[in-house]
Amino acid sequence: MSEPILQIVDLRVYYHVEAGAVKAVDGVDLDLDPGVKLGLVGESGSGKSTMALALMRMIKEPGKIEGGQMILDGTDLMTLTTEQMRQARLSQLSMIPQGAMNSLHPLLRIEDQIIDGMRDHDPTLTQHELRERVGVLLEAVELNPRVRRMYPHELSGGMKQRAAMAIAISMHPQLIIADEPTSALDVVIQRQVMETLDRLQEELDLSIILIGHDMGLMAQFVDRLAVMYAGRLMELGNTRALFQEPLHPYTDLLIQSLPVLENKGVFTGIPGITPSLLDVPPGCVFNTRCPEATDVCREIVPAFRELQPGRWAACHLHGVVEA
Amino acid sequence: MTPLLELKDVTKVFGKKKAYTVALDHMSIGVPEDFPYIITIAGESGSGKTTMGMLLLGFYTPSSGQVLYRGKNIHELTGQEMFSFRQDVQAVFQDPFAVYNPFYKVDNLLSIPIKNFGLASSKRQSRELMERALNGVGLRPEETLGRYPHQLSGGQRQRIAVARALLLKPKLLIADEPVSMVDASLRATLLKALRSLNQDFGIPIIYITHDLTTAYHVSDYIVILYHGSVMEAGEVDPIIRNPKHPYTQILVGSIPWPDPNRPWGDTGVAFPKSVAFDESAPGCKFAPRCPFVFEPCTAKRPPLFQLDDGRAASCYLYQSDETVVRENLMDLFPRKEEAEAAAD
Repeated sequence: MSEPILQIVDLRVYYHVEAGAVKAVDGVDLDLDPGVKLGLVGESGSGKSTMALALMRMIKEPGKIEGGQMILDGTDLMTLTTEQMRQARLSQLSMIPQGAMNSLHPLLRIEDQIIDGMRDHDPTLTQHELRERVGVLLEAVELNPRVRRMYPHELSGGMKQRAAMAIAISMHPQLIIADEPTSALDVVIQRQVMETLDRLQEELDLSIILIGHDMGLMAQFVDRLAVMYAGRLMELGNTRALFQEPLHPYTDLLIQSLPVLENKGVFTGIPGITPSLLDVPPGCVFNTRCPEATDVCREIVPAFRELQPGRWAACHLHGVVEA
Repeated sequence: MTPLLELKDVTKVFGKKKAYTVALDHMSIGVPEDFPYIITIAGESGSGKTTMGMLLLGFYTPSSGQVLYRGKNIHELTGQEMFSFRQDVQAVFQDPFAVYNPFYKVDNLLSIPIKNFGLASSKRQSRELMERALNGVGLRPEETLGRYPHQLSGGQRQRIAVARALLLKPKLLIADEPVSMVDASLRATLLKALRSLNQDFGIPIIYITHDLTTAYHVSDYIVILYHGSVMEAGEVDPIIRNPKHPYTQILVGSIPWPDPNRPWGDTGVAFPKSVAFDESAPGCKFAPRCPFVFEPCTAKRPPLFQLDDGRAASCYLYQSDETVVRENLMDLFPRKEEAEAAAD
């Protein structure tokens, strides 16, 4: 096995509000190997987008990274100065934000938005080189060369998402974090955009973290899948294995609730509601909704550990181990 | 029998002379009362599905054609008739955040219709009605009543919106993307609530969505729209499992099934990313993007051709003598017992 490109160790991000600390990410451990597409799936409020922002070190007040390490290619991002982190964004890791329609500058031509980041990271590039690179990038994301002179409002949703992809790969990062990049797109466009991202991943040997709630998209796109619930990881494993034999009851219920071709008309929801992150239940965070919860689940936080090679879960059903 | 609510050759055009969009193009469908089936109206953004819902609810006036409630133009109803229309035809909308006034308790959404339609004669009776409606969608009244919208999850709020619709004992429910903003684990619960509402009370539901997976699961019949025109319509099972119209084939092939063993289908044909759409072009609306385009496609708009299994497709690949007259799409959606009787 190669060294992981990214190691997240005991990451904790809290939002400090009047009522207390909202533990949006509470002790997450995660390794990502180079060239792997990892899915981070969770319901709204599970902390998945906070994870993305934490990796970019873009958490804003009242949020704060309380502790933990995020080691990218040997360097703990937490130890970087603000300026070093600014340089690392785009050149080591970059983000395709949710809803690119709102992330592009409405008054700048696409070309200038792509150039902006490149010029900042490498002031030695000449105007000619920058323009040439824009051409290469637009081609890479399958956009018409004409798009370079266009403004965001002249582009469709899918095209804007592609423009955001061009910016994200402009400085050859090793890791791309894509936060629900296609949630606002129609299925046909979604598939085309994801196929482009897939091709880029292979050509540029990128590692990708795809964040989202759509298990269908995850099943189609990612190699490994991490399931998040109430700020913690419940399970991690190869996508196929995880779908076939989930180790955590939450993953199991989540998969059962999905509509597939074979189970038409069968509706299995997960009873109960997500706990408030201000006041999570003691023990396992899922114990209030878990059909298999026992006393130990209500008292002891289960450790997130490797149960089979490459397969991790935080559940007492596989032997009680305290976190 | 006069349908409960009917679109009669309805066209809706937005915009002016040169820059116009035909959002819905000569659509005819009449939904009868007591028709315990769910009809999905599916399509991508810009297909006209929401426009159709807004026309059915009387929020838009048609550019041509008529919207009829019990045979009367809904824009010419008397006060009393309008009152009963507003009770009979209920809606559930996409955004469970936008339908609530954040300053009022959620009770408001239930108590106002009770008051306006005079459903209860006492406070106690009103409370009973509210509790029954909430129970009907799987909510515990003690956990929901007396709360403010921000204290409830999106799924709970959306279920209250369904409970509100249920409270008025409607004859028809129009649900526009009711689960698209709800988490996966709650979608099933909500769809189940809609399904039982449909079957227990015999209320027909028009389910408007872009999501073919939930459409497949919850509905009996489906209409696939593209730029305001029907591409394919009929029973949902054969259409999703074996789509005939090239557009439906591409749509269905792009569904990301949550099943690693069912990879994104390869349609085997390059699908042009986007082409400028010419509203005045005479042929099939899908022709500019269609991989199978041939001569007749660009000359004249194809009618809906009836296929052997009861469905219809608007595509010259399936040209036959039998065309479905566009007078009423409902002809494609038989009551199941009638269909069985006809087969005998």
